[in-house]
Amino acid sequence: MADEVVLLDFWPSPFGMRVRIVLAEKGIKYEYKEENLWDKGPLLLKMNPVHKKIPVLIHNGKPICESLIMVQYIDEVWKDESPILPSDPYQRAQARFWADFVDKKASFSIYSVGTKVWMTKGEEQETAKKEFIECLKLLEGELGDKPYFGGQNIGFVDVALVPFYCWFYAFETCGNFSIEAECPTLIGWAKRCMEKESVSNSLHDQHKIYGFVLELKKRFGIE
Amino acid sequence: MSKGEVVLLYFWVSPFAMRAKIALEEKGVEYEAREEDLLGTKSELLLSSNPIYKKVPVLLHNGKAVCESSIVVSYIDEAWPSPPLLPSCPYERSQARFWADFIDKKVFEGGNSIWRSKGEAQEVAIKEFIETLKLLEGVLGEKDFFGGDSFGFVDIIAIPLASWFYAYEQFGSFKVEEECPKFSAWMKRCMERETVAKVIPDLTKVYEFVCMMRKMYGFE
Repeated sequence: MADEVVLLDFWPSPFGMRVRIVLAEKGIKYEYKEENLWDKGPLLLKMNPVHKKIPVLIHNGKPICESLIMVQYIDEVWKDESPILPSDPYQRAQARFWADFVDKKASFSIYSVGTKVWMTKGEEQETAKKEFIECLKLLEGELGDKPYFGGQNIGFVDVALVPFYCWFYAFETCGNFSIEAECPTLIGWAKRCMEKESVSNSLHDQHKIYGFVLELKKRFGIE
Repeated sequence: MSKGEVVLLYFWVSPFAMRAKIALEEKGVEYEAREEDLLGTKSELLLSSNPIYKKVPVLLHNGKAVCESSIVVSYIDEAWPSPPLLPSCPYERSQARFWADFIDKKVFEGGNSIWRSKGEAQEVAIKEFIETLKLLEGVLGEKDFFGGDSFGFVDIIAIPLASWFYAYEQFGSFKVEEECPKFSAWMKRCMERETVAKVIPDLTKVYEFVCMMRKMYGFE
């Protein structure tokens, strides 16, 4: 019996990209359905009534929501190819901790406070930039000398963080700063991830993302 | 049953630390509970084992630190597999994680908004809090526990937060039992478990703590 896998997504979402990377790593065939977040469709509202957000994974008709929960689910069901989480409980706890950190601090910085980089000016923007860089430096510390957060191969934390890389250009341009200058090790890591097809095929072109950010700025009336 | 040295850094009123304690109790793990003075000075051990957040709970297993309560509970479940706290089916596990995450995002913050606000803002906070509990009642359905027949992961994540409900009720002049009888029944069922009763503090003491916090943060 063939598995039916559907992914509801919105193309610039870093959370959706996480799932796409893992589906590609494991060679899972799926149907991609683009949602218009300004006009949410009935399938999204039915499959994620609690949060009404993308991404949503629908496996044989059953929905799974929240990107990191989806990644763990995929890792457990398709457990033979390219494991994303380590098997040792302590290492799993560490991976979950740092992925959670990305969600709490870095992605909040990147997605919301990071939007302060392009949504605000002056002192508020400087504070946002400073907090953002601090988060990235902590992640650099966790990476250390390893090629990936997952060790020799990409793992849970790599998947959680790398989609934000394609948003860096937009932040740098709007905020007039260089992330590479502050966090060269992290950029090195991101470029290493991008050499993998599963990552480069899942992330969008940074200029396209910048174009989307400019559209958002117009929509919210910020010049 | 123990497997190595287990230390838990906690604070008596922290519902997050209670989660870890209940999980350890459920597994029958011997552990040393060390109370942190969160109103005073944090210990060197806390600061060095949780440098990112400097919060409780921290579980130290043979000296290695695990932080963030939901992650601690997952770790306890995996390091001591019996009895299992999460279902064995991947889909059911994803649903348990989803609801644990929902509870984490909505319940504590929502409840605390009640004692942090007054007047119309408080009315809104109470309304939203009740709505959250009603949604969870729907998830519970006719089951005894969120875990089904057995007390499990979601129950452990949720029940410590319920120890703060008496305080919310006092400040908001409402009763969870009246608004959400099914949820209230689930709370009672959990509190009857030895592992939970052992860990949950006296509800009046929690209320007194919240009163003190209210004064401290100038919400009078």
